[in-house]
Amino acid sequence: MHGLEFDVAHTLAGSLVLASLMLIYQDRLYALLNVYALHAFVLALSVAWQAFIQHAPHLYVTATIALIFKAIIIPVALHRIIVRLGIHREIENVVGVGLTMIAGIGLVALSMVVMLRVTPGADPLAREDLAFALSVVLLGLLIMVTRRNAVSQVVGFMSLENGLVLAATGAKGMPLVVEISVAFSVLIAFIIIGIFLFRIRERFDSVDVGVLDQFRGERR
Amino acid sequence: MSFDALSALLLIPAVAAAILALLPDYRVTAALNVLAALLTLLTATSLFVVQPVSGQYLLVDDLNKVFIVLTTFVGFTTSVFSASYIGHEIEIGRLTPAFVRFYHAMYQTLMFAMNLALVANNIGLMWVAVEVATLTTVLMVGIYRTHEALEAAWKYFILGSVGIALALFGTILVYMAARPVIGEGTDAMVWTILVARAAQFDPALLDVAFVFLLLGYGTKVGLAPLHAWLPDAHAEGPTPISAVLSGLLLNVALYALLRFKMIMAACAGAIAPGPLMVVMGLISVIFAALMLYRRRDIKRMFAYSSIEHMGIIVFAFGMGGALANFAGLLHMTMHSLTKSAIFFAVGHIAQVKGTQKIADIGGLTVTNPVLGWGLVLGVVAIVGLPPLGIFMSEFLIVSSTFARQPLLTAILVLGILIALGGLFMRLNVVVFGEPKGVTKPAEASYVPMFTHLALVLVAGIYLPPALVAGFSNVAKLLG
Repeated sequence: MHGLEFDVAHTLAGSLVLASLMLIYQDRLYALLNVYALHAFVLALSVAWQAFIQHAPHLYVTATIALIFKAIIIPVALHRIIVRLGIHREIENVVGVGLTMIAGIGLVALSMVVMLRVTPGADPLAREDLAFALSVVLLGLLIMVTRRNAVSQVVGFMSLENGLVLAATGAKGMPLVVEISVAFSVLIAFIIIGIFLFRIRERFDSVDVGVLDQFRGERR
Repeated sequence: MSFDALSALLLIPAVAAAILALLPDYRVTAALNVLAALLTLLTATSLFVVQPVSGQYLLVDDLNKVFIVLTTFVGFTTSVFSASYIGHEIEIGRLTPAFVRFYHAMYQTLMFAMNLALVANNIGLMWVAVEVATLTTVLMVGIYRTHEALEAAWKYFILGSVGIALALFGTILVYMAARPVIGEGTDAMVWTILVARAAQFDPALLDVAFVFLLLGYGTKVGLAPLHAWLPDAHAEGPTPISAVLSGLLLNVALYALLRFKMIMAACAGAIAPGPLMVVMGLISVIFAALMLYRRRDIKRMFAYSSIEHMGIIVFAFGMGGALANFAGLLHMTMHSLTKSAIFFAVGHIAQVKGTQKIADIGGLTVTNPVLGWGLVLGVVAIVGLPPLGIFMSEFLIVSSTFARQPLLTAILVLGILIALGGLFMRLNVVVFGEPKGVTKPAEASYVPMFTHLALVLVAGIYLPPALVAGFSNVAKLLG
């Protein structure tokens, strides 16, 4: 079990965590989208490898969806939206990059401690996979709370979804229903977000979520 | 699968949604919306007569019957209210016919998703259904396309998605815990099988899973500190949606939580889920009660009141035991009926006055006596004064938990009293005092509001033995 199969799966899942950490310190939207494409690409590789070692051909479908939809279509579409909205300026981080990185590393450590401790009985591959997946999920959350720009919040959310796909594929023999639903939810999420982005642009002339706060129902 | 009430429960709203999406005239679609909701309600009541066979994906048992009937009943009365509400919105041009068509289709889609979440026997399917329900309500909250509505929808969408993502992670962990015992494949996600064999699951893994599920579905229940989406979504969406959100969708998320709590309870080594729920419930009650004092928007105020009541319900279920569970179920039912009745009143009030700002509304008992006194009755019910139903359920919660945890129960009572003060302070301004703003008579449908209030009043005085027997049975199931 601890042969090449395990090493490759481990490397790929670990790379996904690295890609998540890279997302944290990107302060330009273009770069952020490029790193997200890389993130989705690593996910596709990881899922494909899981399909290979688990002899589960249906996972190749998930891998293909990740590759085509998440790594190509979404980044390209978001690029075009950014161009159309004319926002190439820097992302404003609420917290500094250094501090966010430290928080991110802390979250990775936390998820390792939590997941490895509670799953001594599970097979090592699934254990490592879950620990990495939880890191990716938590890092996605971190990106969402530290960004104020609507587009980068969406990127944070999509990286979080990637972590969920990693967890679902790592759980051996999990029914296909769930995987499709995960992919499907990303699709729906994207459509809705797209609509919202355009509407937000129409109404506010900015995609900075901070601006939205001024319209809170309770301000006088 | 043969055709029975169970599939009808899902098919009627689904077909209705498709038809409503195609028909242009809003009067016809509003009537059809009511008809579809009525048919769904009738189908739901038939579950008590003939119980359909449960399968791998769908399930009907005593627990979800209560939820299904409550959901379809409030869904039906809200559709009646919605018909008159939407008519007014079209008249003043706040909604165009195209948006109304979309609104009605979404309304039925939401009913479909909630019914699916309630009858799902597969935890993956249940997750998908809750997600669909979230997405449809996001779209409806943003339907007015104003600054505030878009902000509310965006916030709801982001927080709802995070919650739903955490819930999925928890669901995957439950599968991981079940796999070594049950084996790979669909069986390891079927709720009935999970509960039956939970005793052999790895407790540590279940613990972590429950934390994620509590945070995930807890976001949808609106528990503090994960409640931030709730007041905005209630305030900025159309009022029928506020009524459905408060009265039903929060319950559906709670139902999902209860299902997982039962799995936890069946596994001896796992942490007791109760204390976690009690703590989150109490935080929500105290927090929401304090927030009631600074509200300027009438719909936001009642949204905070919903957080408070969900806190009370979660507290009751967290304490557990047959009596506290019974009280929790009763409180949930009473809260759904009362809160939607209040939103029916508030919806018409906001339409008459043309504003939701508390400062601009005044003297309702003089200008619109029926609406004004209806609101008074609703608020008297919601703060828990006798002889209405919520007094009864709150009294049961307090009396059944006081002997076990006097300190915690005292905190709960404190929260309820603080909320009472806050709500009455605002109510006083709104319904009594100098008449303010527009003083035209309301074109309202009073039937849904007073039906709900009458039911709450009757329940406060007399509970039919059949209902008591049914609720006690469910309370025992919940453990």
